[in-house]
Amino acid sequence: MNIASILATKGAQAVTVRPELSVREALGLLARHNIGALIVVEGADRPVGILSERDIVREAARNESVFDRTVAEIMTRDVITGQAQDDLLVVAHTMTEKRIRHLPVVEQGRLVGIVSIGDIVKAQRDHYQGEVDTLQAQLLADQPGRSH
Amino acid sequence: MARAGTAEQPLRVAIIGAGPTGYYATDQLLRQEGVVVEVDLYDRLPTPYGLVRLGVAPDHQKIKSVTAAFDKVAAHPRFRFFGGVEFGKDVTLADLRAHYHQILYCTGAQTDRRMGIPGEDLEGSHPATEFVAWYNGHPDYCDYQFDLSVERAAVVGVGNVAADVARILCRSPEELAKTDIADYALEALRRSRVREVYLLGRRGPAQAAFTNPEVKELGELADADVGVVPAEVELDPVSRESIETSQDRAAIKKVEILHGYALRAPTGKSRRLTLRFLVSPVELLGDARGRVVGMRLVRNELYATPTGALQARATDRFEELAVGLVFRSVGYRGVALPGVPFNEKWGVILNEKGRVLDPDTRRPVVGEYTAGWVKRGPSGVIGTNKPDAAETVECMLEDLAQGALRAPAHATAAAAEALVRQRRPSYVSYADWLTLNQLEVARGRAQGRPRVKFTRVEEMLAALGR
Repeated sequence: MNIASILATKGAQAVTVRPELSVREALGLLARHNIGALIVVEGADRPVGILSERDIVREAARNESVFDRTVAEIMTRDVITGQAQDDLLVVAHTMTEKRIRHLPVVEQGRLVGIVSIGDIVKAQRDHYQGEVDTLQAQLLADQPGRSH
Repeated sequence: MARAGTAEQPLRVAIIGAGPTGYYATDQLLRQEGVVVEVDLYDRLPTPYGLVRLGVAPDHQKIKSVTAAFDKVAAHPRFRFFGGVEFGKDVTLADLRAHYHQILYCTGAQTDRRMGIPGEDLEGSHPATEFVAWYNGHPDYCDYQFDLSVERAAVVGVGNVAADVARILCRSPEELAKTDIADYALEALRRSRVREVYLLGRRGPAQAAFTNPEVKELGELADADVGVVPAEVELDPVSRESIETSQDRAAIKKVEILHGYALRAPTGKSRRLTLRFLVSPVELLGDARGRVVGMRLVRNELYATPTGALQARATDRFEELAVGLVFRSVGYRGVALPGVPFNEKWGVILNEKGRVLDPDTRRPVVGEYTAGWVKRGPSGVIGTNKPDAAETVECMLEDLAQGALRAPAHATAAAAEALVRQRRPSYVSYADWLTLNQLEVARGRAQGRPRVKFTRVEEMLAALGR
């Protein structure tokens, strides 16, 4: 299972923001789309950073004029990006280890989507649930003889 | 008009595609407490079960036994099967919109990805799915021909389908004769002269998609020795690190099994199956008559992407492999349905958690949903489609509660049946299917096989006295 299978059921494109926008405008986007992070892009959807709730909270705690700062000033710059073909098991491990909650997915440098740790946990849960269910169905089936 | 979902006006749902996902969704809809749902399950073929009948390999009867659970679902009084009725041809989207509150598409991943290399369309090069559909007796494929007079064949890919194809090519006629493989395929494979089969993996042994039981099975064939190229199953440093950090037990076990194959000496069985890794075909080579005679392979190496996932990249080392038959199994994608928004990028119906989306507004198309492989792409095992269908059904019920429903002009079971009878008088009901099933099983019993399949639609209809 890979990242593509998660992106396939996320019809809406990732919500992006330009680095020069104000934090106030970015907050509006987070609230309107009910999401926890925005991908900061330049040019033709090239990710240059990520702006999460945490980034804003951290800045607000030490600076009351956070709303007037620009996205570029407070965003996280060292962003790990994923590829559609990356295996979920490995991605889940990396996101957990590095405490990453949102992973922008790129193709030839361009943003094609975003997956959250919640998406990945759900996909893995469904995957294991499906395997258990399939095995149970086979165990319960009263097929005589050795057919497998 | 009564509120939909009540005894006076049941919620009328049309499901397109009678594969596992269609049944899982049916089951979940009919189990709802406090909501009365009627399900009509459509399939373009007269027979239900989708890939369980026509995809799962004939020597994997145990996997097919999941159909017993499907038949239980089908016994529900508010369930009907309309077999042999094709969406977009016999009944259109407009027809269904006039007869149902909700439409759910579960049509699977019906086409294969191409390799995109020169020579791909030479004679003797086929999508693995065509071979699979052929040996399983799919009515659309029963007249296909595969040249089994050649001695060497390659299957490109190391997923479940690739393993199935390689195994069927390597099975002895005696092994196949115990299965429900299509009769004509059994005859053709009896005469097969294929002796060398190669399975070609792009990445290393630890990344191969086939499951451990499948790999083990390849080492237990009655008349085929299995082998690997020892250097190709040695773990490279990036794979070793990846396996160790993620503690991927299944991958560790897989590599162990393959190491075991490296130690095996040929035992004189009449066929040989070789599993290759870290190679990709870059060109299929043909003779003057346009027939495949070989392929050019590039050796790959692995590298870690930023997330730590391992991908293959080509080196500058090449080799040639002489083969007269090539099956590609390098991925699958859904097929667009007439009038239904499609996401070309991922090869699925454009959707959000199963709600079909309008491509312009990216807002849900009221009353239209999708589940299974045509929703998320081909991943997981059969049972993975159960939680997937549950997610979509949850959206359907949420929309019902919110009143986000279509208001069909003819929302009765009788009106839908009249429509189907008019368009496809010879449609197959579930009772008809159970009759066909009994006939198939009876034909099989005489030969000690699980069943002997009907493979032509006319044959099925004739058996039903149509």
